[in-house]
Formats: sequence, C-alpha cells, structure tokens
Amino acid sequence: MSEQMNLTLKVWRQKNKNEKGRFVTYQAKEISEDMSFLEMLDVVNEENTKKGEDPIYFDHDCREGICGMCSLVINGRPHGPEYGTTTCQLHMRHFHDGQTIVIEPWRAAAFPVLKDLAVDRTAFERIQQAGGYININTGGVPDANEIPIPKRIADQAFESATCIGCGACVAACKNASAALFVSAKIAQFAHLPQGQTERYERAQAMVDQMDAEGFGSCTNTGACEAECPVGIKLDNIALMNKEYFTAKLFREEDIH
Amino acid sequence: MLDSKVPSGPLAEKWSKYKFDLKLVNPANKRKFTVIVVGTGLAGSSAAASLAELGYNVKAFCYQDSPRRAHSIAAQGGINATKNYQNDGDSVYRLFYDTIKGGDYRSREANTYRLAEVAGNIIDQCVAQGVPFAREYGGLLDNRSFGGAQVSRTFYARGQTGQQLLLGAYSALNRQIHKGKVEMFNRHEMLDLVKIDGHARGIIARNLITGEIESHEGHAVLLCTGGYGNVFFLSTNAMGCNATAAWRAHKNGAFFANPCYTQIHPTCIPVSGEYQSKLTLMSESLRNDGRVWVPKTRELAQKLRKGEINVKDIKEEDRDYYLERKYPSFGNLVPRDVASRNAKEAVDDGRGVGKTGVAVFLDFEDAINRMGEDAVRAKYGNLFDMYYQITDENPYKQPMRIYPAVHYTMGGLWVDYNLMTTIPGLYALGECNFSDHGANRLGASALMQGLADGYFIIPYTVGDYLSGLGFDPVDKSHPAFEEKRKEVEDRLNKLLSLKGNKTVDDIHKELGHIMWEYCGMARTAEGLTKAKSLVQNLRKEFWQNAKVLGTNDELNMSLEKAGRVADFLELGELMIDDALNRAESCGGHFRLESQTPEGEALRKDDEFSYVSAWEYKGDNLPSELHKEDLVFENVELTQRSYK
Repeated sequence: MSEQMNLTLKVWRQKNKNEKGRFVTYQAKEISEDMSFLEMLDVVNEENTKKGEDPIYFDHDCREGICGMCSLVINGRPHGPEYGTTTCQLHMRHFHDGQTIVIEPWRAAAFPVLKDLAVDRTAFERIQQAGGYININTGGVPDANEIPIPKRIADQAFESATCIGCGACVAACKNASAALFVSAKIAQFAHLPQGQTERYERAQAMVDQMDAEGFGSCTNTGACEAECPVGIKLDNIALMNKEYFTAKLFREEDIH
Repeated sequence: MLDSKVPSGPLAEKWSKYKFDLKLVNPANKRKFTVIVVGTGLAGSSAAASLAELGYNVKAFCYQDSPRRAHSIAAQGGINATKNYQNDGDSVYRLFYDTIKGGDYRSREANTYRLAEVAGNIIDQCVAQGVPFAREYGGLLDNRSFGGAQVSRTFYARGQTGQQLLLGAYSALNRQIHKGKVEMFNRHEMLDLVKIDGHARGIIARNLITGEIESHEGHAVLLCTGGYGNVFFLSTNAMGCNATAAWRAHKNGAFFANPCYTQIHPTCIPVSGEYQSKLTLMSESLRNDGRVWVPKTRELAQKLRKGEINVKDIKEEDRDYYLERKYPSFGNLVPRDVASRNAKEAVDDGRGVGKTGVAVFLDFEDAINRMGEDAVRAKYGNLFDMYYQITDENPYKQPMRIYPAVHYTMGGLWVDYNLMTTIPGLYALGECNFSDHGANRLGASALMQGLADGYFIIPYTVGDYLSGLGFDPVDKSHPAFEEKRKEVEDRLNKLLSLKGNKTVDDIHKELGHIMWEYCGMARTAEGLTKAKSLVQNLRKEFWQNAKVLGTNDELNMSLEKAGRVADFLELGELMIDDALNRAESCGGHFRLESQTPEGEALRKDDEFSYVSAWEYKGDNLPSELHKEDLVFENVELTQRSYK
C-alpha cells in the first residue's frame, strides 16, 4: 500500500476577474495514494510557499463532501474522474505515477473567476433568494406530526434536497445551464404538502432569476446528472418544466 | 461580579415567567434597530432570519461564499427533541436530566432546562419549512435512539441531518434577504469588535475578495461563529473554522468560559500521514451495531501491524471487546468521552491496530451475521461508502479502523441567561457560547442548541436589551470605528511583513501536536506546564519566523490562515491555563491525577463546581479567573456510572 507518485500539474492561474489567466505547470512530488486531491494541492502549495511563490487559490471548506464549496475541473471533468464524489473526497489512488493532470475552475459566464480556481457563485444565491423557501415565520406553526407525509413522498423530497449547491452541473453542461440545481429545490417543495401553496409562483420566480443570471438553456443532454457528486436526477428538471409551464399556461384560479 | 441572570422560581416555570418579564420593542420601532449576526450556521442563520421576520434590520456575515456552507452542514446523526412520539417515557425533564448528567454536572441547570423545553418547537419549525425528516410508513416522523439515550428522541434525515436543518434555516434567511430585511455579506471575515461607551456597536470585517477593511455598525452584535477545535490543527471541523471573532471579542472584554472542555469524538477515521489536513467523523450511530475491540496481547497487535497475521487469524478468545468488558450495561454505547479515553488507553498499552498502531477496530461481523449484509447496508450504507472512499478498505469484509478526533468545543464565550456576554450588546449563540453542555456534549444536541438559541431564545432576549437603548442610529463617525480599523490594518500589515522560513501551516501543525499531546484526552499538571512554555515559544517563533505571502488587496489564503493561527496560538495557551486550574476530571477534561480506583473520571464537586470565566488582561499578562458557582437545585450530583 501507499505507493508514492510524481505528477505534472497544469493549473489555471488568474490573478483576479479582470486579468487574463493562463496554465502554469507544477511538479507534485512524492504524492501518497492515500492523500485526497486537495491534500495533494496542499503539498504543492506548501512547496510554493517555501519558494516564495503565491499559493494556488482554490475553494474548499468541510472536506467531507457536504458543504459544496470545493470545485475544480480535473482533466475535463467536474470533481474529477470518479462518479458520485466531490473533489475533496477524491483520492490520489485514482491517478498514476507520471500522469499529467489539468486543473481548471468551473467555466461558465455566470460564474466569473475570482482568482485561480475559485469562481463567484453568487448567482446561485440570488436564485435561491428569489423563491427557494416556504413563506412562514418562526413560531406559530402546527405540531410536526399534524402533517402526515407518505414515506415515498418524503423520500423523494429528500433525494432532491440533498443538492450541495457546488455548481458541477453548470460546469458539466455544454450550455452552462443551471437547470439541475434550480430544479432540485423546486422539486423538493413541489413534492411536499408544505410547498403546495406557492409551488407555481416559486417555479416562475426561480426560473426567471436563473435566466436573468445568464445561465444557458437545458437541452437534456444529461451531463449534469452524470457529474453530480450527490446523484441529483434529471427527473427534477422534468418536474421543474412541468411546474413552470403549468404556471405559464393556466390561470392561477384554475390550478390551485 | 458574574451575574448569570437566571430567574428565580421553579425550574419548569423559569423561562415562561422570564419571557413575560422581558421588555418588548414596539413593532413600529423594531425597524429602527440594526443587529449584526456573524456566522451563518444553524445558530446564525436561524437568528438572522427570525430577527428580520420580527422587523429588525439584520446584517449577516460569513467567510464562505454562501451562508449554506457553514459547518453545521456536516452534522450527520440527528437532533433531539422531547416529543415523546414513541410513547417511551420521554419528557422535557428527562432530556434536561440526561443533558446535565451527560455534561458531568458542569452546566447551568436553567439554561439546560430551557434547551430541552424549546426543543419540540424546533422540530415543528423545521417541518413547516419543508425539512425532509425521516418518516415511517404511516407518514409520521421517525425517531431513533442515539448516543446512549434510553429513549428514542432523535429526529434525523438519513446521515445528513445537519445539512437538511441548515438548508431549512438558509431558506428562511434567503426569504429575508429577498425582502431586504437581511443584508448578506459573503466572503467577509470579522476581524475585530467595535465598542462605544462599553457597549458592542459594530464590527470590523475584511472583504476577503478585495481585501477592503470595512466598518459595520449595529445596535447589537451576535457571534454565531462556532467552536475552536481547529486549535488542534487536525479536527473534524471545516478547514476555515476559526476562533478569530470570539477571540477578538475576548480581547475586548468578553470573558471566555471553560476553554479546556473539548470533545474528542470516538469514531473518526484514523490519521494516515503527515500530509493529513482534516479528520473525518463517522456517525456515532455506528456504535449501535459495531463492536469495538483490540487484540488481547501486545504481541498479537504487533504481528497484526507488521502484516504477519490477518485480522481473521485472531481468534474470538484473543480479542478484547474492552467497552463491553468494562461497561456491561452500556457496552459500546458509553458516552463519547468514555469511549475515546478507552481507545487511547488501548493504544497507549501497545495494542493499537493499523499500520500506525493508532487505531482500534469497529467490527460489524456480528451485525452482518445477525441481520444480513443488506440490512447493514440499508442502515449504514452511506457511512460504509465514505469509509471505503477514504481508506480503500471494505468494511463489509474487514473491521473499520477508528480513532478519536477533536470534534466539538463545549467551552466558549461566557453568556448569561439572555445569551449576552460580559460586553453589553454582544451575544454568543450556538457552539460559540459555553452554557448548555457542561464538560461533555451528548450526541444530537449540538443542532438542537444552535437552533434553540437562534429561533427561540435570542428573538426574546435581544429585545429586552434594545428596548432600553433609544432609537438613535449608531454613530458611524465615532472615533472608535476608525481606531479599531487602524488596529486591524496594522495587524494585517504586520502579518504580511513576516518573511521567515516556516509556513503558517508548519506552525499550526506544531501547535496541534502540542495541544493533542498535553491538552488532549488525558492531561497532567506536569504536561500542561510544559505545554504552556512550548506554546509561548511557538507564538514567539510565529511572530519572528513565519512566512506570509501576497498582498492585502486580493484573495489571499496565506494571510487569512496567518491571522487565524495567530489567534489559535493565544487561545491554545488559555486552554492550557484552564486545564491546569481545573485539577479534577470531568467529562471531556480528564486529569490523570484525578481518577477513581477503576480509572474513571473523578469530579471534585467541593472544589470545582463552578464555571471558569477568564478575563483578558493584556498581552503577555496572565488572564484573571472569575468563578460562576453552579447551583444545583433540582438534580443530585452523582458519580457518572455506565457500568
């Protein structure tokens, strides 16, 4: 166990969103196969720091695959070559000695690069703010067991609710569409009884904001589903479309 | 001097009566007040949303690129509440009692009771928000037992309860951002507190993208910034978790309580090498079915480590299921502090497993034989997958290797019953404060506390303070803002001038080693005294020999880390002082000098039944210890026994 490897990294470096970026080559030496991908970058950054070179900036936080902060397109694939995993949970045993690894930020007009490998994902925030909630205040709500929810429905809602908001779906999509991300939230509430009251308003508000942010259209190629680290399904997009078109086609009094 | 403001009267009536006595702010006047909320985990998001709903203006801050990424998101197991939906004898009093006992009688009765009292409302609130908790086939909410509790009171959403609760609070926060009642500042880090006439009136924050140093004014400041486990370098905290906001508040006059109470969680994936950046927790629920063991003899353990024999070669009679042996009634389900200490004992005895020898087994073979592999997969599949992904070992075929890791800090800023610190107008919520968990936190109660503070306590108590202020906006031109801003800039420039030959990570790792060795699972006066001088020397070395790169006007992780580590170095020393002062064992704080004949934690209630609240007196001056006596009117203090 614990093979050591030497790797060549081609890393996107860009000082800030106004300056032009370029690939810079680094050597990653004596990398243990038990390291995570980000720990490998930590090692390179420690070397760079000792040499007085500005470390490579990348977003990361929990390193447990749940916060959604880490990103990176690794050899052309968001979150790297393994399915169903985030970059922080990708381990170096999936690479081999002598390999060249190309590391880029998410590429999308709606996600401008902030520095090196970190992008600005506040477009996602504005979409959630447009309608990703149920309009209730703290306090004054019924007892939790007053609303029985069939297990099947609760499980469906849960599956949609596990989206970590990382943006890999956008990075994977040739159109840079945010449909999978947006639909996951719309679907979570569309499934649940608590979400019925405002389901159509919600779908319209969130889809309109998505369009306003400059994300591309969905053409159903399914790259988003394939690269999603937590397995959000394409069905969510179908449901979002149904919600959205129902809202657009019918009068409000006819659908409620 | 320390007034906990705990109201008089019977325990069960304190909070209701107190709420009535609190002064209110007229709805039309709430919009004249601004509240600053730092941190957007469960405590911060829920507080910001609830206060904005009431009509206050809120400015919320987080260092991540979105409030949804705060580390509450990583909590796995669940959240306790006394709904008694299972008809198994749960009650507010029982949750209160379990929490007080679990905390080894070092928390405040009234706060803990209130926590248990409002817990049920939290579940109602989250369900109304659309949080998809686990349900039974009849459509009602499911519960499980957790962390040694003898009733099933834990609500959960698979192994992602923290994520779902935080996304619920985040959605409430988003609603208020959309309405313009909350102004959200992502990628901002609070670097100092601004006081005017002794009251908290604002903060200095750095915009992490542009480096701009910003002043923000408010009538009250809420710190919801989590714990300080990253003092140890390796912990289950997120990489960015830090103590800077709390520590700056401390240096401005907020007392820091019980800093030595740290929780070392027993079931984490062991360290694999020097490059390791963080540790991963495996949910405690695994101990419901997994059996913890090490080989009976050192010889066998050594052969195993060298690979001369295989796990399967170790016969049943040569395995020491030490928790089942020592604690027959609780077995593998003993509280976290007890499980962790016993793992350390086995490893120190030379019977550890794995290549490094710093691990014990958590074995599911019996569970698989009893329930079948599919049933085990249905229950723990995601955890087994995570283990496999990280270690490349299949836990269905061979036992997991686990070892304790720093997980949670029970200590924090001292707060009174209102959650106010010793600085008027400055509050601390969630893990950032000290009040509810005593010396050891029980499973599934951190989420409960964060949301209790944010949804159901601060909305009442902050009004009482604000109602006494008058309606004038905070004077942003007050010289205190410029003074603090200058201090912050000077400090950043000083950090950027460090051009030595050690990286900040090198120094942070050294600090972590010292803290883990001498202020970790077992502590002695001798070790702590040594650690104190080691940390002092390391702090000197930091300011002479650290290397910080880049400039202030950009995303600069070198600078961000340096500021945080500089504060960890000071806080680490206070943790050691506190551990030295507390010459007893209690909960997560185990002093080798104070144990029962069986080697269990021995409290000294006559001497140490108090909260240690430390006052900062100036650089290089010893902190002053204040004591808040803990008064127990309702529970009898006993030696915890899990045998």
